[in-house]
Amino acid sequence: MRFIIEKRNEKSKKMQVLIPIYSLLISFVLGAIVLLLSNANPIQTYAAIFKGAFGSNTKIQYTLVKMIPLLMCGLAVGIAFRLRFWNIGAEGQYVMGVIGITWVMQFWTWLPNVLVLPIGLIMAIIFGGLWGGIPGALKAQWKVDETLTTLMMNYIAIGIAEYLYISAWKAPKNNMGTVKYPDFAWIQRFWGKVHYGIFIALILVVILYFVLYKTRWGFELNMIGKNSEAARCQGVSIKKNIILAMLLSGAIAGLAGGIDASAVTHSLTKGVNSGYGFTGIIVAWMSGLNPFVSIVIALFLAALETGSDALQITMHLPSAMGEVLQGLILIPLLAGSIFIDHRIKPARVKGDK
Amino acid sequence: MNSLDLITKLLAATLAMGTSLTYATLGEVFTEKSGVLNLGLEGTMLMGALSGFAVTFHTQSLMLGVIIAMLTGGLFSLIHAFLTISLRSNQVVTGLSITMFGTGLANFLGKRLGPVENNLNLVGLNLAAKFENIQIPLLHKIPVIGAFFDVSILTYLLYILLPLSWYFMYKTKHGLTLRSVGEAPRTAAAMGINVNKTRYIYTVLGGFFAGVGGAALSLSFTPSWNDSMTGGIGWIAIALVIFSAWNPARVAIGTLVFGGITSLQFFLQAAGFKMVIPVQFLAIAPYFITVVTLIIMTINSIKNKGSFASPSALGTPFAIDEK
Repeated sequence: MRFIIEKRNEKSKKMQVLIPIYSLLISFVLGAIVLLLSNANPIQTYAAIFKGAFGSNTKIQYTLVKMIPLLMCGLAVGIAFRLRFWNIGAEGQYVMGVIGITWVMQFWTWLPNVLVLPIGLIMAIIFGGLWGGIPGALKAQWKVDETLTTLMMNYIAIGIAEYLYISAWKAPKNNMGTVKYPDFAWIQRFWGKVHYGIFIALILVVILYFVLYKTRWGFELNMIGKNSEAARCQGVSIKKNIILAMLLSGAIAGLAGGIDASAVTHSLTKGVNSGYGFTGIIVAWMSGLNPFVSIVIALFLAALETGSDALQITMHLPSAMGEVLQGLILIPLLAGSIFIDHRIKPARVKGDK
Repeated sequence: MNSLDLITKLLAATLAMGTSLTYATLGEVFTEKSGVLNLGLEGTMLMGALSGFAVTFHTQSLMLGVIIAMLTGGLFSLIHAFLTISLRSNQVVTGLSITMFGTGLANFLGKRLGPVENNLNLVGLNLAAKFENIQIPLLHKIPVIGAFFDVSILTYLLYILLPLSWYFMYKTKHGLTLRSVGEAPRTAAAMGINVNKTRYIYTVLGGFFAGVGGAALSLSFTPSWNDSMTGGIGWIAIALVIFSAWNPARVAIGTLVFGGITSLQFFLQAAGFKMVIPVQFLAIAPYFITVVTLIIMTINSIKNKGSFASPSALGTPFAIDEK
């Protein structure tokens, strides 16, 4: 039997809700198959992941701490995705943010103590913003393909960071890594490992929701994403909006780096390219670019990461199972997205009524 | 060691390292020419590296290892093809998710497919045999050039595949079909070409190459298995496709430049040179060069009114009933 794909007149609301749920179920089934094939009990493994993520206060704290950069990176790429600008450079923008804050922490010693953290975070925003703004400007001015530039710029940023923590900014006694930030400039914790950065992230969700859904600018971004030609005819400047959106996108990813560095690692060191920027793409995609939904998805993916780390000890399974599941979650979702604006029905053979 | 010897050694290292890179790049050139961007390359290569190593470790057969690696690469690209071509999903996000899935699965299976006495782990095991270098009598003794004639069978195969690919792409009917599908799918369809079928074929072909590229690492260059052992070669390959302007003939030049830069970096590190340029800057050079190349190519194409090297329909799905 052949099938034909027919475009729906408008997006199916029902499908927009159902598909992520089905995708999640399918990916767990697929994950279970991988586990079965490698002689592990899927139910026990999933239970172990859950316990590893939420089983105790400390574990919940770890999960929440991981959620913060994931959520922010998801918000960051989500802004660019609205314009159909495929920013896959959040990883590099995040790393540039860490470089920015480290620069202030290490060299701007003349600053009064109270100002070190705020100025450091601002520098993270500026560094990340510029790193996102460059591909934005290149696209706006000359139509240089953004997927490729943002992708390449990730590895340039990571290379610069390596150079800094291995040689130029290396702390005198360490093998690698910069000097720890002064402790008065750390973001404080209020519940075990959980730090105040979580509130910055949540406030950002509210602000972005307001900006994207309730302001003229948000409306313009949506319009460009849906039909850039129509937007241009309405007098919307596409160039300006691409650059602005990318500055903002990069700035948020940079801030995510600044917050994580000043609250968790307290330095620029190995592991700065932790993959939050890439996982942020899953957050944005699964949430349908909705800031509030992003919170749930980021929490879920963070739980998957911390939960999988525990697998090594509890189940003697490689923690890479977490990555397998992360990749698997997206695949059914991508496959299902066609049902949102298309319907598939069996093709009628001629003569068939 | 005189400087001639040094250059010969550097070239030999470049060829050994560049083999894997060239396979992956050549495959991606085919895929992208048809209009499909496959960012799943890194994960696909890693799966190739893993499956090739695991099969060769258990069967002692290098040939079987390469074949399985090739098929695994093809299978992973088939997922990409199905999602992006049949289900018209976003190529960028789909490719990235394939890379995440492939990387995760390879690292996971690397700790599950090993022998029981090593806790099922494949890490740290050695192969009974690897693809050894084959020396061509007399020719391999020529200074510098000799390095080309003292390589493994996988590299020799490239000497045939590269010119063949160029010929195929620019001088045959199939090549014309391939290019038209990536350049103007609508026109191609009007001329009776099955756009989606063509894209399927070349996406899977690209996966075959990527799988072999992975196996070239785990069975020849560094005959072993390690977590994430491709270490970004898949991304460099994506960069190299741009640098070589989607032309198989230029892939060889690109490999020598990019592979040369990378092996120079290991070379200098190993020799303990005090360097003017930090090693990390050599590591980012391929990406930097690519960004600059891409900008120059794009600006040039605007000036010359659209003779851009990149396939025009790259990254866009095709459906006859939709614009």
